[in-house]
Amino acid sequence: MLTGDRRKKRLDRSIKVRTEGLYAVSSWGEMVYLIAPRFVLIVGLFTLPLVLDMYWQRVLCSAGIYALLALGFDFLAEFVGLVCLGGAFFVGVGGYISGLLNAYYGWPPLLSIPVASVAGAVISTLILLPCLRLRGIYFAIVSFMFPLFAVYIIVALGVFGSTEGISALATFPNIWIEQYLILVAVILSLFGIRRLVSEDIGVIFQGIKDNDQAVKASGINITAYRTKAVFITALIGCFGGAYLSHLYGWLGLSLFAMDFSIMPIAAAVMGGMGSLVGPVLGAFILTPLSEALRGFGQLRVVLYSLILIGFIVYKPEGLMNYLQRKYHQFELWEKV
Amino acid sequence: MDIVIYGTVNSIVFALIAVGFTLVYGVSRIPNFAHGSIYVLVGFLTWSFVNDLRMNYALAILLSLTIAAVVGFIMYRFILIRLRGMATSEIIASFAVSLVILEGLRMQGIGGFKGFIGPFYVLRPFIEGKMNIWGVFVDFQRLIIIGGGIAVVGLLWLFTHHTKMGLSLRAIAQDERAAMMLGVNSDRTAMISLSIGSALAGLAAVIILPLGSVTAEAGYKVLIYALAVSIIGGLGSWAGAVLASFVIGFAMKISTAMFGAVWESVVLVGTIILILLFKPSGLLGKQKELEERV
Amino acid sequence: MADEFLLQVGGVSKAFGGVQAITNLSFRLFKGEILGVIGPNGSGKTTLVNLITGFVRPDSGKVFYKARNITGLQPHKIANLGLTRTFQIARPYDSLPAFKNLIVPLNSPRVRRTRGGKLGDIEAVAIDMLEEVGFERDARVPYKTAGSLPLGYLKRLELARCIALKPDIIICDEIFSGLSMSEITSMIPFLEKLHLEGITMMMIEHRLRELFRLTDRVMVMNFGEKIAEGMPQEVIENKEVRKAYLGTETS
Ligand SMILES: Nc1ncnc2c1ncn2[C@@H]1O[C@H](COP(=O)(O)OP(=O)(O)O)[C@@H](O)[C@H]1O
Ligand SMILES: [Mg+2]
Repeated sequence: MLTGDRRKKRLDRSIKVRTEGLYAVSSWGEMVYLIAPRFVLIVGLFTLPLVLDMYWQRVLCSAGIYALLALGFDFLAEFVGLVCLGGAFFVGVGGYISGLLNAYYGWPPLLSIPVASVAGAVISTLILLPCLRLRGIYFAIVSFMFPLFAVYIIVALGVFGSTEGISALATFPNIWIEQYLILVAVILSLFGIRRLVSEDIGVIFQGIKDNDQAVKASGINITAYRTKAVFITALIGCFGGAYLSHLYGWLGLSLFAMDFSIMPIAAAVMGGMGSLVGPVLGAFILTPLSEALRGFGQLRVVLYSLILIGFIVYKPEGLMNYLQRKYHQFELWEKV
Repeated sequence: MDIVIYGTVNSIVFALIAVGFTLVYGVSRIPNFAHGSIYVLVGFLTWSFVNDLRMNYALAILLSLTIAAVVGFIMYRFILIRLRGMATSEIIASFAVSLVILEGLRMQGIGGFKGFIGPFYVLRPFIEGKMNIWGVFVDFQRLIIIGGGIAVVGLLWLFTHHTKMGLSLRAIAQDERAAMMLGVNSDRTAMISLSIGSALAGLAAVIILPLGSVTAEAGYKVLIYALAVSIIGGLGSWAGAVLASFVIGFAMKISTAMFGAVWESVVLVGTIILILLFKPSGLLGKQKELEERV
Repeated sequence: MADEFLLQVGGVSKAFGGVQAITNLSFRLFKGEILGVIGPNGSGKTTLVNLITGFVRPDSGKVFYKARNITGLQPHKIANLGLTRTFQIARPYDSLPAFKNLIVPLNSPRVRRTRGGKLGDIEAVAIDMLEEVGFERDARVPYKTAGSLPLGYLKRLELARCIALKPDIIICDEIFSGLSMSEITSMIPFLEKLHLEGITMMMIEHRLRELFRLTDRVMVMNFGEKIAEGMPQEVIENKEVRKAYLGTETS
């Protein structure tokens, strides 16, 4: 970056340099500097329902679901080292359980959703358990097949409304519960997972990702920890699915659709893998974009696939990592 | 007898579908998730050349296969080359390419393009008619599949064992570092493998598709089949892929005969999970027990 | 030398495809000793470590630890019994700071048990432990990401991972290889200290002179078989050993 006799120099803001992991906050200015981004994010998300119209409120809700899925994908891939290409599996399992509890036993959504999230997470974790031994790309490929497997089985058995699905499920009492439920879930999951990855268990997850053999040699059962990680992801994903089935009052095979596996990945890549916030933001950008194109049929999918390719090839760090870097650095010109 | 003949045909269909995928993975360690989309692309291209441009069938096939090879080349040259070694990114990027192709083919309304939707796109069998083999009527196309499958695998074997280019592909597949030191260009071989792999996907398409119609959805199915075969056989293992084709091919035919067609796919995925449970790197996979050596 | 042995390996064999890496190998590791294991490259030393610590399953034969059959037990279970190993090629968690590398073993069931479930200020413990193996706290070395550390530190990190587990046995797989002379000389007293604290050790080494400063018993391997065992002096004199191993290096 040379222009004449000056060059551009980037410096980390001192607050990051002076401390290593521990923040010693010394002034109001620095405190604002640290808190501002979180504040903007939370307040921003929570005011959105107040300013959007009916249609876009719905879009906001589905963006929330994609945000949860993208968050789960990012967590598993970047912090545990399990690349799960089958997020739709969680959506489907959660959605079916919650929907069926409602359709068959008349449970209200606000009860069936939490139950379905936990039950769904347990079930999907148990089903994925045999695959946790698989490494790297084997796990990725097998997880990619699970949603399809679920579809095949439902069709083959002819249960749960088979190919038709079940409609007229209970929806939410009012639009505010509908929206704030998902937004709160997104914020809680985001900060919960951020907290988690900085604790001991998160360190162990990272260890498994970096070098699973060394973790074994440290006396840690990696399958047990992978199971925990998958459970956490499944919990978030199943919540998303359960919420979705009540959002539209409908359950069916499309809960297992590839969209729920791939769009979150696109959002995560676009937002910046490994930043946790990035994938959430990515989902809130990508969903409205793809929604706006719904009229054009498949163009929607083509477009987000192209965005995905563009980011993964030309800007693999994603938006958020880029922004964070910029936020924590300042630039100045210095004489050479 | 039914089961033997149709099971064999089915198995060879799987082998044809998987052979390109296995070649690419074996040589360049790229899991080419665009495999199924190229299969379908070739199907539609051939159909279009024959029906819209009134081209000669053989010429149409040749042209489509060339295009498939070029697509593979472009995909490597402009996308995958920048992601080498990052398996996840390779998967995601190649799957995104696949979505662009498959959903692009179904896209309507842009530039008056009607989109390939519905079961109207049928490729003609090479030779019409049936034949009686041991009391079972088999159409010629299925016999062509058997012959074609054996020919493709055989030719590939000759190619990789007796030509300079083929040998360098194999060298890279066995030990990339050593091969590079001996002057084999890894990027060039990867590019070649992707072109050949894509052409093979297309070849599978033109041989198999006359049995039914060309649909975009088939792309996903073909990808799943290719993945299934190579996972069960052990990623990158040729013999494993052929073995796995027969395992799946017969497992599916037998289950169809016993429980009905809806169970076919359940059996497919069930087989994968069962085999991986007991052999985490597939039947003949060479994934090392412990990477650490010496 | 006490008669009591901690580890007994009985007739283990292992083949990888066509390569017979270990053939019918037996030996004992006595409580409180430092056993040296030497042998040319590819003679199966690392494989032996993998067999003992559960990373590779033997085709035949048994491994007993404290009179308990641990053959085929999973690696993490074996580590929790106090039988630990370092890796020949260091295996740090590259993206974590060095001291966080130790958080992993400090969370193992074995450590939790001995600390009564309470871990306390685990990061302080980890940093102390690193300082003990020679990570200069003043230079902030424990805070550097493991991926950025030079080999000397990584080897010590390997050792620290074992020590964190409060082990009974440490098996060191070529812990000196790749280190400079001064790094080795600074590590030897530390190993001696561990030995004095009562940790039994098995040291696989190519650096004979340094090894012989530490051990009083040596086992020699060649082509997956034990060809000699005994005092260093005896072993060096052994004709077969000279032919197989030392012949290529010293004479
Ligand atoms: N995971 C493995 N897969 C295949 N062969 C292996 C594996 N590990 C070791 N070997 C082979 O076993 C033999 C012994 O290797 P090793 O135990 O690493 O020897 P050393 O540590 O004495 O140098 C070598 O021939 C090596 O190639
Ligand atoms: Mg070794």
